[in-house]
Amino acid sequence: MEIEIDGKIAQVPDGSTIMDAAQQLGAYIPHFCYHKKLSIAANCRMCLVQVEKAPKPLPACATPVTNGMKVFTHSELAIKAQKGVMEFLLINHPLDCPICDQGGECQLQDLAVGYGGSSSRFQEGKRVVFHKDVGPLISMQEMARCIHCTRCVRFGQEIAGVMELGMANRTMHAEIMTFVGRSIDSELSGNMIDLCPVGALTSKPFRYSARSWELSRRKSVSPHDSVGANLTVQIKNNVVMRVLPRENEDVNECWISDKDRFSYEALNSPARLTRPMIRVDGALREVAWNVALDYVTHALKDITGGKGGESLAALASPHATLEELHLLQKLTRGLGSGSVDFRLRRRDFSTDGKRVGTPWLGRRFSEIKDLDAALVIGSFLRKDHPLFAQRLRQLGKQWGKVSLLSLGGDDPLINLHAQVAVSPAELPLALAAVVKAAAQLKNEPPPAGFEAVEPCASSQAIARSLLDGEQSAIFLGNAAEQHPQAGQLHALAAELAKLTGATCGFIGEAANSVGGYVAKALPGALNAYEMFAQPRQAYVLLGVEPELDCHNPQQALAALKAAALVVMLTPFSDGGAVDYADVLLPITPFTETSGTLVNAEGRVQSFNGVVRPLGDARPGWKVLRVLGNLLALPGFEQDSSEQVRDEVIAAGEGFVSGLDNGVSAGPWSPSAAPAGLQRVADVPIYAADLLVRRAAALQKTHDAAAPSARMSAATMAKLAVSDGAPVRVRQGEGEALLPARADETVPPGCVRVAAAHLSTAALGDMFGAINVERA
Amino acid sequence: MAILGAINPMLSLGLDGDKAWRLADYVKRGGYSALRRILEEKQPQGSVINEVKKSVLRGRGGAGFPTGLKWSFMPRSFPGDKYVVCNSDEGEPGTFKDRDILRYNPHSVIEGMAIAAYAMGAACGYNYIHGEVWEIYERFEEALDEARAAGFLGSDLLGSGFNFELFAHHGYGAYICGEETALLESIEGKKGQPRFKPPFPASFGLYGKPTTINNTETFASIPYIINLGGETYLEAGKANNGGTKLFSISGHVERPGNYEIPLGTPFATLLEMAGGMRGGRQLKACIPGGSSAPVVPAEAMMACTMDYDSISKAGSMLGSGAVIVMDETTCMVRALERLSFFYYEESCGQCTPCREGTGWLYQVVHRIENGQGRADDLELLACVTTNIMGRTICALGDAASMPVQSFIKHFHDEFAYHIEHKKCLVPVDVQRAGSGFFTARV
Repeated sequence: MEIEIDGKIAQVPDGSTIMDAAQQLGAYIPHFCYHKKLSIAANCRMCLVQVEKAPKPLPACATPVTNGMKVFTHSELAIKAQKGVMEFLLINHPLDCPICDQGGECQLQDLAVGYGGSSSRFQEGKRVVFHKDVGPLISMQEMARCIHCTRCVRFGQEIAGVMELGMANRTMHAEIMTFVGRSIDSELSGNMIDLCPVGALTSKPFRYSARSWELSRRKSVSPHDSVGANLTVQIKNNVVMRVLPRENEDVNECWISDKDRFSYEALNSPARLTRPMIRVDGALREVAWNVALDYVTHALKDITGGKGGESLAALASPHATLEELHLLQKLTRGLGSGSVDFRLRRRDFSTDGKRVGTPWLGRRFSEIKDLDAALVIGSFLRKDHPLFAQRLRQLGKQWGKVSLLSLGGDDPLINLHAQVAVSPAELPLALAAVVKAAAQLKNEPPPAGFEAVEPCASSQAIARSLLDGEQSAIFLGNAAEQHPQAGQLHALAAELAKLTGATCGFIGEAANSVGGYVAKALPGALNAYEMFAQPRQAYVLLGVEPELDCHNPQQALAALKAAALVVMLTPFSDGGAVDYADVLLPITPFTETSGTLVNAEGRVQSFNGVVRPLGDARPGWKVLRVLGNLLALPGFEQDSSEQVRDEVIAAGEGFVSGLDNGVSAGPWSPSAAPAGLQRVADVPIYAADLLVRRAAALQKTHDAAAPSARMSAATMAKLAVSDGAPVRVRQGEGEALLPARADETVPPGCVRVAAAHLSTAALGDMFGAINVERA
Repeated sequence: MAILGAINPMLSLGLDGDKAWRLADYVKRGGYSALRRILEEKQPQGSVINEVKKSVLRGRGGAGFPTGLKWSFMPRSFPGDKYVVCNSDEGEPGTFKDRDILRYNPHSVIEGMAIAAYAMGAACGYNYIHGEVWEIYERFEEALDEARAAGFLGSDLLGSGFNFELFAHHGYGAYICGEETALLESIEGKKGQPRFKPPFPASFGLYGKPTTINNTETFASIPYIINLGGETYLEAGKANNGGTKLFSISGHVERPGNYEIPLGTPFATLLEMAGGMRGGRQLKACIPGGSSAPVVPAEAMMACTMDYDSISKAGSMLGSGAVIVMDETTCMVRALERLSFFYYEESCGQCTPCREGTGWLYQVVHRIENGQGRADDLELLACVTTNIMGRTICALGDAASMPVQSFIKHFHDEFAYHIEHKKCLVPVDVQRAGSGFFTARV
């Protein structure tokens, strides 16, 4: 279809609006309520334009293009309409731009310069709108500024999947609010702040701390979840003041999750480690870098020299950069130890040595929208992967059939095709049921060992959706990777993928879960679980808090307390380190170092530091390089992080090579479920890594609440405990005192006790047997 | 209110107040014969619509859109669900006819909707009834039960194989829910806010399905059109303005109430039926079509006949047929203040010009009425109304602006006097006398 806008001609597809055509032509039409990712509301009326033969000005955002349409965006009629609307928008808008946080980046302010009058004809009293407290992240303190564009409302309904904000009341008394007294708890809520075209919704942590024009913008990449959201980090006086999304349609679109956005508070936390520390006479003392490095060098040499290389174990966080991971494994191997790993929360390593390539998502993020069917296995989807879940949510709203094979948990807020929630022990069996259903549907004999499996109606529905879809995908979530039979789950998912023609992949636990494989931070000897199960003499920990990050914190703590040497490279001085670390080397978080993260789809995303390191902290890769030099190991001559990266990934590669989820596994046979209660452990969203744990505002959210023992009412009745009553939870030697909570989403026979929290750090395996009794 | 008088009535023929609304009475009056005949003869859908087209029945809700044409917009071959919806959300100040139709002749609406559903291939209908007339909602539910029991609703109507189920749905009294798309939102359980059009309800209506929405009186007229034939119905009125219509007369007349008269009847006749001006006073102005219609001064009004075209020529709208009569004791500023307050209160708050503009209009008119007017206020009001009109999602913005524009246009002197002298041109005691609540005499 052809359309002429201000004399310029554009060809647009059927169904386009005037706004689409104008954007294609680069013609700007002023607007507030219109947003390319949200539904059309046409309520601000700012985009009124003149259309030939139309008696009235029409909203460009909502008017479909007809062939031969002639549009005038700057004609007298259009300008008069736009100015008229601007006058209405301004009559009740407070004149508080000088103290408004949005000042300088306010769409209303910008457009008022072009379309507003220099004085107001409105002489009456302005509307007063009462402020609302909606939680620690979003400030709704000055709601009189609201222009009722309902972008925030539509964001909730359409993107976050939950309508937490709505417009109550009518007339000029209409106001945006939550349901009486509720807070905004969505894990994507911060995007509403970006969407708000005025200063009505502002960032609570950032409020009144800087003006937008004082801030410098730097590109960065989120070090949290496996999406690797692109960020714009804004700094002032060498301090990170706030974090905003940087649009990348293929990765994070224009959104970021709240942990991407608000975790920056940890960067400026008082718990930051700014100088090296060594344990002297039982207490950690600050020392100079040369002293600390000298100490570490000698201690490592002594231990590996005296007790053999295998007495050393090294663990890295999957949030660490590719460069750090690469140098750590090189250092460890140089010292004669094969015990290096980054898969801290993994329990089952049976696929090590049997994988064909680097495990990854199985397809690109941008291809999710083309799927006909998707199955997610073992994931607390929304909290583990907010942005990935958002993509599936959009898919579910269209034609895609999204199914879950879960361990229960929060409502994913996705229009689901089918859901099966089972206990951890039954998860392989439930997946096997889908495999068998798929085989039956294809009239193929089921694989050996599947004789006793009986597919239920939901398994059949899932299998059918995967088979029927031209493009289907199977995603293994975090719980499936942490599961005690992770290898079986992987093999079964691969089998299902083969049967149905779907892709199979891992959503990935952390920002560099793929990068860890690429950097070969993988064990030749002991793996992450064995390192603590078979205690070592010396440990090098890179960005790891073992009591929170490991599959079995009980074991980890015991091993660390008994070790002769614990060297921690960490940005923070608090936490368990105080108890067991012998040396603390201050390394910088992602904003103070250059580095590379490889996201779940294998995308290589390098970034630069955005501020200078705090105090004496140094980038992890530099510290490891110098340690390599001091230990006289070969291969530590790099001058820049780029050189380190180029050792791992060929320069200029956009995606890593060797991505393949294939696995060679033996035949599967069902294993008996253990007697008694099983633990289901989730990693709460704001406990997942060391940055979010120290982000003050995030820690005040409901999602950061202290763990409880969640179980169904039936389980509660069996244990004779009531909702809210304290229970003693025991695994092995360790125990925790938690309140019991009724939660019908927890599968029968299970108790959900979150990991990654100090109150549960005394417990053992994430998915083992657990004993619960009345306290 | 009640139906107090009629000339050549159809809708109100044979009604006996509260005594003759039941199914048996309706059937006695010839009710359900039209539906029965259509179903028994298996009349083609097109011919039913044609009959309605021939009658030139124009929508009785206010816009006056030809009903037959509206019905023909429905995609009859559309395979999925389709809906017919009756708009009984009578909220326009001055209008009180639909409640009387539902109270005294509910089965005519049910029959009309069933015929409409047949003609458009819909199997489901809703009657959205204003939330502030609860007893009428209850009565309509009772009438529905009667119709269901008699086989005029439900599956396989009168053995014809045609299914039609009709439900009553009551609102909560918001004026905006009388706007057809806001009404649909409200039925869907959402906040009553108009949708942007296009798409129109005929392609994307209730639950996203093709939907036709008509006024109560429109549906109630359908059985009479089918029985009489479209042409006879048209002749009952005047060219391009078919049939009879109920007029709700309120204001300064002796006998306010509903009157059914053929379209084209002179205003003077209608005024006479209503007992003439109260206390024999002079007519000052009249709002001929509900509060959103522009006001017409006495002289022009007396020259009008009551039909869509004549009123339109006089610069106003027949609207819903709500005739608000004002005599010489009326202060036009005060009258406008009350009207503007209504629109300010009822704006849904969705789109900017109406949300902000209606409040602004009211505040300025309120100020003028209360002796705080400023010299440039009339110009400001003119400017604000033009900025609202035609810029909003629905017609409420226009409805709020038209009274302001017309009041100032026709009674500019009164407004100017108010602003200049900080008081009414019509003395307060005269106003009080006219109100009827005070004993003072002029």
